[in-house]
Amino acid sequence: MTEYGMLIDYEYCTGCKTCEIACKQEYERPAGKVGGVEVLEFVHTLPNDKLFITNIPHFTRACVFCAGRVKQGLEPACVKHCMARILTFGKIEDLTKLIPEKRKAILWTKG
Amino acid sequence: MKNDGVKIIKTTTWSPGPGCHGGCGILVHVKDNKVIKVEGDPDHPWNQGRLCSRCLSMTQYMYHKDRLRKPLKRVGERGEGKFEEISWDEAFDLIEEKMKKIRTDYGAESVIFHQGTGRDIGGWISMLAYAYGSPNWMFGLSGISCYTPRLMMMSITQGDFAVVDASQWLEKRYDDPEYKIPEIAIIWGQNLPATCPDGFFGHWYVDLMKRGTEFIVIDPRCTWIASRAKIWLQLRPGTDAALALGFIHVIIKENLVNMDFVEKWTNSPHLVRTDGKIPIFLKEKDIKKDGSDLNFVAHDAVSGDFMVWDSTAQAYDKTGAKPSMDGAFTITLADGSKVPVKTVWTLYKENAEQYTPEKVEDITWVPADKIRQAARMYANAKPGALHWGLPIDTIPSTVPTSQAINHLWCLTGNLDNPGGNAIARYAFDVVTYPYHSGGAILSLPPEVMNKRIGIHDYGCIKDFRAWAQPDKVLEQIFSGSPYPIKGMWIQTANPIACTGMEPQKWHKAIKKLDFTVCVDLFMTPTAMLCDVILPAATFLEKDSLKAWWVPLQAIKKVVEVEECKSDIEINLELCKRFMKDFPFPNTQVLFDSLLKSAGITYKELVDNTWMLPPKGHPSKPYFRHERGLLRPDKKQGFRTPSGKIELFSSWLEKWGLDPLPYHEEPPYSHISTPDLFKEYPLILATGRRMGPFFHSEHRQIPWLREQQKDPVLEIHPDTALKYGIEHGEKVCVENWLGKITVKALVTPVIHPNVVMAEHGWWFPEKKGSEPELFGVWDVNVNQLIPMGHEGKAGLGSPIKSMLCKVYKAKG
Ligand code: SF4
Ligand code: SF4
Ligand code: SF4
Repeated sequence: MTEYGMLIDYEYCTGCKTCEIACKQEYERPAGKVGGVEVLEFVHTLPNDKLFITNIPHFTRACVFCAGRVKQGLEPACVKHCMARILTFGKIEDLTKLIPEKRKAILWTKG
Repeated sequence: MKNDGVKIIKTTTWSPGPGCHGGCGILVHVKDNKVIKVEGDPDHPWNQGRLCSRCLSMTQYMYHKDRLRKPLKRVGERGEGKFEEISWDEAFDLIEEKMKKIRTDYGAESVIFHQGTGRDIGGWISMLAYAYGSPNWMFGLSGISCYTPRLMMMSITQGDFAVVDASQWLEKRYDDPEYKIPEIAIIWGQNLPATCPDGFFGHWYVDLMKRGTEFIVIDPRCTWIASRAKIWLQLRPGTDAALALGFIHVIIKENLVNMDFVEKWTNSPHLVRTDGKIPIFLKEKDIKKDGSDLNFVAHDAVSGDFMVWDSTAQAYDKTGAKPSMDGAFTITLADGSKVPVKTVWTLYKENAEQYTPEKVEDITWVPADKIRQAARMYANAKPGALHWGLPIDTIPSTVPTSQAINHLWCLTGNLDNPGGNAIARYAFDVVTYPYHSGGAILSLPPEVMNKRIGIHDYGCIKDFRAWAQPDKVLEQIFSGSPYPIKGMWIQTANPIACTGMEPQKWHKAIKKLDFTVCVDLFMTPTAMLCDVILPAATFLEKDSLKAWWVPLQAIKKVVEVEECKSDIEINLELCKRFMKDFPFPNTQVLFDSLLKSAGITYKELVDNTWMLPPKGHPSKPYFRHERGLLRPDKKQGFRTPSGKIELFSSWLEKWGLDPLPYHEEPPYSHISTPDLFKEYPLILATGRRMGPFFHSEHRQIPWLREQQKDPVLEIHPDTALKYGIEHGEKVCVENWLGKITVKALVTPVIHPNVVMAEHGWWFPEKKGSEPELFGVWDVNVNQLIPMGHEGKAGLGSPIKSMLCKVYKAKG
């Protein structure tokens, strides 16, 4: 059963890409290849002509949800350093309680 | 703490390294004397455990294969790229010999001490310049267009600097009961998440957003915050003063002024003579033979008499009086003649009257209705915060622009209140980075200071900032008049790639000099031209301290990287060689002396890592003007000539500048230069921040560079279509000064009439020797921006409002 997940309150994600580097530093991952997370930026012109910028951190195949850190009682490196504090890692049953009421969010799961 | 031989050390950031203005608390993981990881310190109130990508890349920065690790001496021609490694002793001997020769032959003022932006350098480079004997300490950006104009204007308007209060003075931060979340925050020209500018952690705004702050964003680009703002005002670059005056117009017209605050704390009732061409203050000496030039005059609404505002006593010379806010009067002067006078407030309102939202719409392209809405929203907010950025400095009219914007928090009473604009002083009054020679570690006699370049041209260069005026310096390097310039000490600066406008000229200038030294961490296009290059240490390899603004904190030497030395140690060693009786034998003694006002030693600071000033300290908010904490005489009020917030500025009057704010058209535009505009129909802006890089740094750091390989030009889809330009293809950006070739980034975030080019680009991976200089000439947008266009005050330059044309590059 899927037990753990990452809740992403992406409406506050600024696209600063700190999470990407936090992961690269933690695992000494090489430049030029994707790490555990890649931030996607969308610049949308909404139907009412308003410009709207959305950033979404996408957790890649290379993400291991920081199993080692979590075992030591630490937060995943990206969660710890996220400049906008939009990432929460934890048990899915706990995360569902944290889902924000007034905006969209993403719950990323890992089996 | 120990774990697998890993030591974890608590320290704080500044540059060199992340490049930023610093402030974050970090935990550095060290194994076998090598930094293996850097993490945010969860106990530090500034960043609360977070940390940005540039600091997280420190291991790649510190141990980079291209890092300078030993002093280098040029052995080939200038720029040929032939250097030889030498020892520190040889380097110091060589520098001592060459610089002493210049001092003997031409005088110490013939050497310029050239720094870059506000990193950990101001204190140490001024110390070196003054120990050597030169008053020509300089920041090379044309018109000193980075924070200095805003600092100057704040300091003469309310006697102190003011920055948005995001609770950074409080240990518990947003949870402190004294703190109030701003209802509205105006973000005027800054892309905060991409940077931590001016001693401010950009993501505090996201913290505030989550806690309910609504935003008004003023920016020609739609930033991430702009897209989430209540109102986004997409203004024409360089017209910020008009917009601010439009706000002031609405705030006055709609009775949204905080009149209690304005009456009590500003000089609005003081009288101004209107008989001359420009209005000037009426002083006590005008109406009384033995009257003082420092005292002002007001009209008493109770008795109908005139009365004197005694600036020393901070009181009117009449008890039970009530100064008239409004009115035009005729007053008899000491010589018997009669002159018309008006109150500052009356004049101020007349001035603002001209800037109707409709007129401002014509100037700024911002719809009048939106101006009204935004002005109302800010004026009604309790509290309202106003954050401003670099674009306010990078226009020749920076003085009236900064002044008008500064007035917004004064007219609404959002000064030194929780969640408004708090008065920002160096924590515990410890000066590590002096803005003025008054705060510098050493001093020079007045007759030497009098040789500082630019002080005879510009009053505020003379009276406010201790730097030489860079446009005048460049001129003097070529003219040799009134005295020749023979040497340059360049530290934390890369004028060829970054701070120098018209870098072609800086290139010639540097090559023309007899002797140049560059202190840096990597070889740069500028270092390539120098005679001696010294390898500097990152902030993890040096001891230092910081008090900009809060907390007061220690930067601790964690490791060493080969022979790299800190800027402080380098300068200290040379100070000893240049100055007899130099008073500081080592950095510890120097730091202890700087910490005197905090009443602690450097060791104590290191033990604490960081310290916030206690309540009641003059460097801790709030409402210090009410509590007599701002003025040296401990009276209520402000540290200005009148003790009031000077809406009509006595300093500007003294410098021969207009004492009230006004709009001035940028020097190049469809209005100022219609003929040029025909050929160059797009507004060229530059300088917007790039997340992975700080100015010209970090292009060689793999984790950062992979985020952006090449410089781009932001261009609107409609404009791109018009010029047949496709996303991702190479385009030439050209004007009468120069041309660059960069990649088009077609995006709706930019105004259709504006293109945004990135600054600071060069390619560390390309050939460094001349003529290539790491490819800097292909991409450095400063080639399209002139020197010598500083504003009337010697400050400001048209960096974000030039003209250009854009076309597909061939091949
Ligand atoms: S959870 Fe760990 S592995 Fe996954 S992206 Fe974040 S830092 Fe990388
Ligand atoms: S660190 Fe946080 S805010 Fe920044 S891009 Fe990653 S998820 Fe978004
Ligand atoms: S840029 Fe900002 S987040 Fe990064 S280290 Fe500097 S102050 Fe901290």
